[in-house]
Order: sequence, then structure tokens, then C-alpha cells
Amino acid sequence: MREIYGRAVTGVLSALAVLCVGAGGAPAAEPIKIGSFLAVTGGASFLGDPEKKTLEMYVARINEAGGVAGRPIELTLYDSGTDAKKAASFVKRLIEDDKVDIILGGTTTGETMAVVPLVERAGIPFISFAGAGVIVEPVKKWVFKTPHTDGLAVRKIYEDIRANGHSKVALFAGSGGFDKSCRKNAHELAGKYQIEIVADETHGKGDTDMTPQLTKIKNTDGVQAFLYCGFGADAVVAAKNYRQLGLALPHYQSHGSASKRFVAGTGEASEGMRLPAAALLVAKQLPDSHPQKKLALQFEADYEAKYNEPISTFGGHAYDGLMIAIGAIERAGSTDPEKVRAEIEKTTNYIGVDGIYNMSPEDHLGLDTNSFVMVEIRDGDWQLIE
Amino acid sequence: MRRRLATPRTGGLLALAVVIAVLPAFLPNNFYFDVMILVGLNAIVCIGLNLLVGYAGQISLGHAGFFGLGAYSSAILTSTYDWPPIAALLAGAAGVGLLAFAVARPIMKLRGHYLAMGTLGLGIIISIILTQEVDLTGGPDGMPVYGFSILGWEPSGVLVWYWIVGGLLLLTVWLALNIVESPVGRALRAVHGSEAAAQTMGVDVVHYKVLVFVVSAVLASIAGSVFVHYIGFVTPSEAGFIHSIELITMVVLGGLASIYGAVVGAAILTTLPQLLTFLHDYEMLGFGAIMMGVMIFLPRGLVPTTARLLRDRTR
Repeated sequence: MREIYGRAVTGVLSALAVLCVGAGGAPAAEPIKIGSFLAVTGGASFLGDPEKKTLEMYVARINEAGGVAGRPIELTLYDSGTDAKKAASFVKRLIEDDKVDIILGGTTTGETMAVVPLVERAGIPFISFAGAGVIVEPVKKWVFKTPHTDGLAVRKIYEDIRANGHSKVALFAGSGGFDKSCRKNAHELAGKYQIEIVADETHGKGDTDMTPQLTKIKNTDGVQAFLYCGFGADAVVAAKNYRQLGLALPHYQSHGSASKRFVAGTGEASEGMRLPAAALLVAKQLPDSHPQKKLALQFEADYEAKYNEPISTFGGHAYDGLMIAIGAIERAGSTDPEKVRAEIEKTTNYIGVDGIYNMSPEDHLGLDTNSFVMVEIRDGDWQLIE
Repeated sequence: MRRRLATPRTGGLLALAVVIAVLPAFLPNNFYFDVMILVGLNAIVCIGLNLLVGYAGQISLGHAGFFGLGAYSSAILTSTYDWPPIAALLAGAAGVGLLAFAVARPIMKLRGHYLAMGTLGLGIIISIILTQEVDLTGGPDGMPVYGFSILGWEPSGVLVWYWIVGGLLLLTVWLALNIVESPVGRALRAVHGSEAAAQTMGVDVVHYKVLVFVVSAVLASIAGSVFVHYIGFVTPSEAGFIHSIELITMVVLGGLASIYGAVVGAAILTTLPQLLTFLHDYEMLGFGAIMMGVMIFLPRGLVPTTARLLRDRTR
């Protein structure tokens, strides 16, 4: 008797199970799992925080509008605390435990490079928000990125220096990864733009006085322009010392200094400085014909309305990463990793906040120097240079 | 027999071995193995640090420096100079041992805040060198490291790494327990109690301080070497001040002068950030609240306080 009872229960249960599987099989409800790890706290929080806010805002908006191809987005976001070890640990969690379909994030180059072997091994598409060129040069099968590289910045600056009829450049660089990479590019690209580097000085991370190096540059004959490779507090010190020594040469810095914090920190010392920046920074000044103007203004309005703080270009990296990923998933018609990866690689003419992306198997960034505009700091604000 | 099982040396070691052996059955996927491997490596460093801090009463705020040196020795010697990983690991440990021996005498002359400052300075110097020597170390962005291999055998997959780290942890605990319960351990505790009294009783204070400093530095270096081969990447933050503080916190949380306390402290502080992710923006707040709670209600650390409570109850 008991046995018959047991069999009946088993039968009912298995019938139920079949029903459940049948119901669960409908594709409409299955969410698209996007995993992200960002430096929301720690040294790079000024980059990671706007990235997180941007991702959360746009994922919520897309879900309100019905999701992607009828599927909602499920965002799993971890704070790496600007620590490469934690980043690697969280990416393992995203891959193994959360089983995400695609990974966006990696605020700094160090965090990104630490997880590259993991995503390559697991075969999951990964779009990084970090700066340095090494992330996509050489090309790695599963790794893409959205921000401009230091190499692009150097190209844009050299174009501007040549356009002003100058050729003799004094180079000054810090010791961070971005700084070194920028300096290397400055040397390698000099020949192509017929530029001669007549002085080449470096400083340590966190130096509070750079006048010795700048004095040497001041005493070098024939210098026509000054290029500084670095960002953050070091860039502020360099700009201040430069002004204190009364140097009046055209002063160029990278897009790493394209933030209101830098302008506020340097004050008078950054007046007249030129730097390449994303169009977003001067969205209102762009001509109406500029393809990015509408999007940039919209992004600025959305972000400032939601978070009540001024935009930085860093949130734009996250916006572009998210939109490129969603575009690829829509075109692929599934979240199959290989199909999505192939579609990301085929991204063409995507008009983003950071520029117009044209990716290819040889180029996992897809931006050129046209994605930068040259701006000059005037009266503590950005002025677009034609 | 029962009495023997109740001692930390046999019973405790056996219990730890059983936990390590049974744990894989409860770990649902590779991510959990990964966390456990990190727990094991942190525990190895903390056991060494606890010998120095808990037993000998000497503070070190620069222990991540030794971990970082071990990590970078393995990274540089295997990647740039093509050394076999095991040789790089041993060379790194020997190098760190020599460095610790060389600096131990001047540093161990210091006491209290001055000793803290001395070790802090050493850790920061190591961290600065690793950050600034870009051509050698890859600078602030770090460098990739190849996998481990012993005589042509390459461990791959988290399960293999789990057994390797688990074995190393057991070995470290066994070694540390033997040190603690030997004349050396008694001498260390005498030094902790009162250096003058220890000296009067014929304990060579400087000798024992140097010895325990070198042992703990070498343990940190070995853990660092294994860590980089497992993770496959190293950045200067491994040698940074924050990491040193994390290690000290693990030791204090688990319990000073308790080998198993170091293991428990490492386990809690390594898994807590992963467990608290559901708090999102309030993660750090939750973390701080737990730390404060433990320090207020269990000031001697988790393991010694719990052990005492159990002892009082059974009595």
C-alpha cells in the first residue's frame, strides 16, 4: 500500500515537473544577464562612480521600455574598490556563479588587465571602460573597450601642434601606467607628424615639486610647445609649477585632465591650456550639424536631471559600452557568447557619447582622432577650438 | 586519547584537515573554490604574522611588503628570466629571508610605536620600488604571470589549486604549532611578557625576535609566490600599506596568540566582502559594523574568547 502511495506521489511530482519545465521554456521571461565590476570606491572612484550611475540609470530605463527584444536586463554590479585582486575575484564570481552573458566594466587599466586572462579562458564578451591602449593592442578575441586611448590623444595633440606651425616639443611625463604609455606613444608617433622631441623629462608619482625638470625644459633652446603626459594630482602640480616659472609656450595635456576638478585645482594656471576631449564636454558649443550633438545633449540632460551633479566624460564610457552590447545582442538575436562577440566586432557607425565607433577584427576600440575635439581652457571653462 | 584529541596540536590539526577535506562537497562551483583558495593563502600569511605579533608581541605594519616581494620574485624570475617556478619561489623566499634577517636587527631594537613606524617604512619602501621600477615590474599597472609547474606537471583547475593550498595550510599550521609548543615558543612568550625578565632568565631576546621575524617574512613570501601563479597577475597593491593593514586586522579579529585564530580571521575577512555584496552601497557600512561589534564584544579576538567561553561552560 505504502509503495503504491509512493508511486502515485512520484507520478504527480514528475507530471508537475514536466509542466514547470514546459512553462519555463517560454523565452519571453528569461532575462539578459549583464555583469559589471567598477571602482565605485578607492583611488579611481571619481571614474567608477559616474560609470555605475550611468549603467544603473540606463538599465532601468531600458527595462521600463520593455527590455531588449522582450527580455528584461538583469544587471549584477560589484564594487572592485580599485583593487585588481578583488576585480579578478568578482569576475570569477560573475562568470562561475552569476553566469552572466556579457561583462562590462573594469574602470582602471590594472583591473582590466587582471581579468583579461579570465574572460579569454571563459569565452565571454567583455567591454572595458579603461584607458590604456594595451587592452586592445594586440587585439584579444573577447576583449573590447570604449574610452579613447593615450595614443589617440597624442595623435590629436600632434595634429594641433602641426596645424599651428610648430614642430619642436618638450615632453614631460609621470610614472603611472597611462603616463608611461602616453610618453612611449609621444616618442613613437613623433616621426610620423614631423615632430622633434627636444626635451624629455619625467617625475615620480605624487611629487609635490616639479620645478627642477621644468627649469631644464625652460632652458632648452628652441622649444615651441609643451606636452604633459599624466592626470590627477600630478597634472595639477605640473600645471602650477609651469605657470610659476613663467613659461609661456603652448601647453598641452591629455584627455585625462578633461575634468572640472582639474580646472578647479589649477585655477589661473590652466588658462589657455589645450587638451583633446570627448565632444560631450562641449556639447552645447558643437555645431548643429555635428553627429554627436543631439546624443551628447540628451545624455547630459538625463544624467544631470537624475543625479543632480555635473557630467564627466567617464559616464559616457559606460553608456557607450552598454549600448554597443545591447546593439550586438539585438543583432545576434540571442545571448550566445560567440554570436554576440562577432556582432560587437561588427559594430559600425554607432554614434556614441565618446565618438563614432567602427570596430573590426583588427580594431576592438573603433575610434579615430575625429572622436576627439580640441578644447582650450578659458575663464575656467571649456572652449571648443575649430 | 580523549585528552590528546582535545589539544590544538592533534585534535585541532585533525579537525582542520577534516574541514579542508570535506569542504569541496559543499562548494557549488568554481567561484567558491576560488574564495577558499584566497582564504588559505591569507591564512598562511596570517599564521606567520601571528607568531610575530601574537606570540612575540612585536608589531609589523609592513608584512604585505614581504608578500609582494615573494609575488614579484616569482613573477619576474619566471616571466622575464624563464626560471622554473619552484626555483623562483625558493629564491624569492631565500631573498626575503635574507632581507628580513638584515633589517631585523636594527628594526627589532625599536619598541612600540617606533617598531610600528620602522616596519611601516620598510613596507612602503618596498611598495614604492615595485611601483617605480616600471621596466622590471610593469609599474602601477602590474604584470602578467605564467602558471605554476613542478617537474613538468602543471596544476590546472581550481580543485587542484585547492588541494595544493589546503596542503600548504596544514603544513604551515603544523609548523607553527610545533614552534609555539617548543622551547622557542616559550621563549617568545617570555619576550612578550617582559623582555627584561626574559633576558634575566637567559633568553637571548634579540636572537628570538630576529628568528620569528624571518620565519614570518618567509611564510608571507611563499604565500605571495603561490598567489601570483594562481591568479596569473600581480600589481603593486599586493605590497601596499592597505594590504598590510588587512593582514593585521585578520590576525587581531581572529585572536592574537592563536594559530587557529589567524585561520578564522583570514576566512572571515576574505569571505565577508563577497557575502556583503547584497548590501550594495552600504557594504562598507556593514563591514565596519561587524568589525566594531567583534572588537567591542570579543576584544581578545574570536577564537580565544570562544574557546574560553566553552572551557568555562564545560568546567
